[in-house]
Amino acid sequence: MTNIGEHSEELLLSSPEGGQIQGPRAGWRLALSSFVENKLAVAGVGIIVFFLAFCFLGPFVYHSNQIQTNLIAAYQSPGKGHPLGTDANGFDELGRIMKGGQAAIEIGLFSSLVATVIGTLVGAVAGLLGGIIDAALMRFVDVLLSIPLLFVILIVSAHYGATVVRLSLIIGAFSWLVSARLVRGEVLTLRVRDFVLAARTMGASRNRLIYRHLIPNALGVVIVNITFQVADSINFLALLGFLGFGLNYPQVDWGDMLSDALSSLQDGYWWLVYPVGVCLVLVVMAFNFIGDALRDTVDVRLRRR
Amino acid sequence: MPLLEIADLSVDIKLSRSVVKPVGNISLSIEAGETLGLVGESGCGKSMTGLSIMRLLPSGGHIVSGSIMLDGRDLVAMSDAEIRAVRGNEVAMIFQDSLTSLNPTMSIGEQIAEPVRRHRGASRREALDRATEMLGLVGFPQPKSQLGTYPHQLSGGQRQRVMIAIALACDPKVLIADEPTTALDVTIQAQILALLDDLKARLGMAVLLITHDMGVVAGRADRVNVMYAGRIVEGAPTSPLFSHMHHPYTQALLGSIPKLTQDPDVELFSIPGLPPDLTAPPAGCRFAARCRLATEQCRALEPPLAGPDPSHVFACWHPVDGPVAVEVARPARLEPVAAAGPAGGYPEVGRPEVGHPEVGHPEVGRPEVGRPEVLVLDSLVREYPVTSGMVLRRQVASVKAVSGVSLTIGRGETFGLVGESGCGKTTLGKIIVGLEKPDSGTASFEGTDISSLSSRSFRKFRRDMQMMFQDPIGSLDPRMRVGAILREPMEIQGIGSRRTQDGIISDLLREVGLPAAAVERFPHEFSGGQRQRIGLARVLTLSPKLIVADEPVSALDVSIRSQVLNLMKRLQDTHGMTYVVISHDLAVVKYLSDRIGVMYLGKLVEIGSADDIYQRAAHHYTAGLIATIPEPDPDREKAKTAVAIRGELPSAVEPPSGCRFRTRCPAAAEVCAMEEPPLRDFGPGHQAACHFPLRAPLRQPVLVRSGESNSGIEHRVEDVHHRVHDDDE
Repeated sequence: MTNIGEHSEELLLSSPEGGQIQGPRAGWRLALSSFVENKLAVAGVGIIVFFLAFCFLGPFVYHSNQIQTNLIAAYQSPGKGHPLGTDANGFDELGRIMKGGQAAIEIGLFSSLVATVIGTLVGAVAGLLGGIIDAALMRFVDVLLSIPLLFVILIVSAHYGATVVRLSLIIGAFSWLVSARLVRGEVLTLRVRDFVLAARTMGASRNRLIYRHLIPNALGVVIVNITFQVADSINFLALLGFLGFGLNYPQVDWGDMLSDALSSLQDGYWWLVYPVGVCLVLVVMAFNFIGDALRDTVDVRLRRR
Repeated sequence: MPLLEIADLSVDIKLSRSVVKPVGNISLSIEAGETLGLVGESGCGKSMTGLSIMRLLPSGGHIVSGSIMLDGRDLVAMSDAEIRAVRGNEVAMIFQDSLTSLNPTMSIGEQIAEPVRRHRGASRREALDRATEMLGLVGFPQPKSQLGTYPHQLSGGQRQRVMIAIALACDPKVLIADEPTTALDVTIQAQILALLDDLKARLGMAVLLITHDMGVVAGRADRVNVMYAGRIVEGAPTSPLFSHMHHPYTQALLGSIPKLTQDPDVELFSIPGLPPDLTAPPAGCRFAARCRLATEQCRALEPPLAGPDPSHVFACWHPVDGPVAVEVARPARLEPVAAAGPAGGYPEVGRPEVGHPEVGHPEVGRPEVGRPEVLVLDSLVREYPVTSGMVLRRQVASVKAVSGVSLTIGRGETFGLVGESGCGKTTLGKIIVGLEKPDSGTASFEGTDISSLSSRSFRKFRRDMQMMFQDPIGSLDPRMRVGAILREPMEIQGIGSRRTQDGIISDLLREVGLPAAAVERFPHEFSGGQRQRIGLARVLTLSPKLIVADEPVSALDVSIRSQVLNLMKRLQDTHGMTYVVISHDLAVVKYLSDRIGVMYLGKLVEIGSADDIYQRAAHHYTAGLIATIPEPDPDREKAKTAVAIRGELPSAVEPPSGCRFRTRCPAAAEVCAMEEPPLRDFGPGHQAACHFPLRAPLRQPVLVRSGESNSGIEHRVEDVHHRVHDDDE
């Protein structure tokens, strides 16, 4: 019988005993390729990119007068000089859509950013510390959730007037509740995982646990939530504008435009209603597609395939 | 005429970007009344074979070629409706995880009745009658009253019995058991396997037993097929397979399993490398990359499954004959530099001591003479509250995880803690490392009481005590690269500059057998064994004096286990650390440990050297564990007749009074319920807590824990002498 020891020694020396690394490539590359496979998500990204360019870069390319009213040219149907016609004040509709889109996207992104930052911190602290702090924070969240958001915003915007920043802050101040609950749930699952125990065994402080271990691992859920929140914010903004409590003139967003245009339907001014509506639906849908695809990507159970 | 015959079966699974071939050209056959064991490691295709028989492949899977003949009918060629009539009716399957395999919203009676109603067209009443009959058959007392219980109300062993009842409700001809006992405790495993054997004999079924545990197969299978990377590499009756195997993989696999008779000073045989990737399987023999006998012919051409004796076939160009004889002896262990111990020296082991008021720790389980003590646990108690009510959450009971455990561990030794699930060994490990605080009792590390320290003052002890975790997936932060994971302990403790840290990291990676390129990768890019090595490297970054290893190899494949065990021993020889190994696997613990402590329901029932525990067990639970653990030795397995330990594990919320093992002990008597047995000496360093032990205790007065009244002691001392006297007569 040959001496097994010698042979296995040779094999050992030729490559590390643990074997070569065979696994899939780095995490984000895997996630990216899995994201790209979802055609709807790619379409969603495309739509968002298009609208970003359309709303923010468009005005540099397509000049239209959005400041001086021109009542003579009001309510013109699409035609020469005005591809989408003009509105009640004689402003070019296409230019108006671009401007409205700026405000909508800005508010959507900014409010969801505010909501996510507050929500993540609150959720992580509540989830990790547990006990009385957790209970207190969650009851606070429950209380806020039971306040009808709409009324608060109506009161605030009526009282203070609505600008992009103010609206973002208000919408954000009430939307963080959902992400706080989400992050808390993630943190509760994460904190009993072995790698958190290992960090504690090494002497990691609570801050280190939260910022280096818990939040990065909860980020997946958070990012998915951001996209849905952007979609919800834009939707909500449209609702506000529709009720007449949106941005003040001369700022405008899609909701305002829809509201103003509602009466125009009866008069047959379809170009004031449908283009704006389509843009709104497309942007909200695009964010939802991206959110769905991100959720599929982030969900580890589905990822391995 | 075999009952089930598979010929040339190949299965493909189409993934989003590639095609995996988990099973390629498999042929096997089972006769009625026979148990065929299908063994192999994870990823070898054995579960997939079982699922293909039932045509239950995962989405994307389909049978590419081959036939599965059941009593002359080809299951592959059947339509969906026809195969649905076969599933549960003629071929039944039981799975590994009973918790997820049973429907949580249906009572067990309904679940057992379901196949009866489907296949036999029985009415609800008739089906429930049959369910009652089946529950009685699988060993439920008072089955009629149990019909309405739900799966979550049952223990793991009971749920597995329910699964067996569901599978057998329609008297199938073939039973496929996919890892039926892997998730169960060793004592329950023995009961379930005995039940399966009994039912097989009664119903005359053919059983396909799929498992990775060679011990289970040695005891229960009539014939064994060994699978590797989607191919069957060897097939033979059980005894010839274990005693005269011909395939190098079988030889290596059996050689790498630590047996209870293993000499701990000899390295375990280990198979280097990893199994091949089945999306692009190698052209020749699939084991060639890891085989020490491989030649060019092996790498180019795949050997056929054949052999001179048709009952013992193998697929190898260079077959071996019989088990491997490992001759690699371990180098002598470096004795660690002895630090000065507590003043007063150590009393000789074996001399009776009655109370140590000045030293303050009990006499339990002293380490060998001359080893300075590094960890002393004294009467540790840890209980978890059970609350009731959502709002007010008042405590109604407590889970008694650890109830008064005392032991002493010396420097440089390896102490093993063995016990089944729920015995408190993991909790004890966490108390040692400081992740939990005991409710009472003390833990002292090198003389300092660490159990009462605040977390800030404890931080400097963290460098000396580290923990290695069980789950290779969960114990590494998936968002951090390996370099950052290994750097983190040094960052937290403030050791060294970045360059020094880099140096330490690369040294450690080399030492644990990982390539240097590993620093840039994420944990999910490694295999389970490699992740466990990363965990080991992380533990070593702080050069701790004490390492608690919680089930270090349980989650790994059998052939990888020996690699990690050898590595652990090698590292201990080089660094001279103290290990506390916690595991339910007695063979692994025996291989690694110098001394072993056996725990049951929060109490230490026996403690002694590895030889003491194995050859001279005094407690009935220890003896039962040793008798029940399946060993890869068919002769010894067949010689085990009765199930050694009956019954289920009692609840830790209300443990039995007196001796906690009495509900399952073959030697229990009235005194066991009334009085808790103290730990008594059975030899140098060997103690057990039993009123009727298996061996005669040494004639010594009973050892005292400080604080107990004298009169009670004398009463017991007299008792012991009396009983010992009786034994002698």
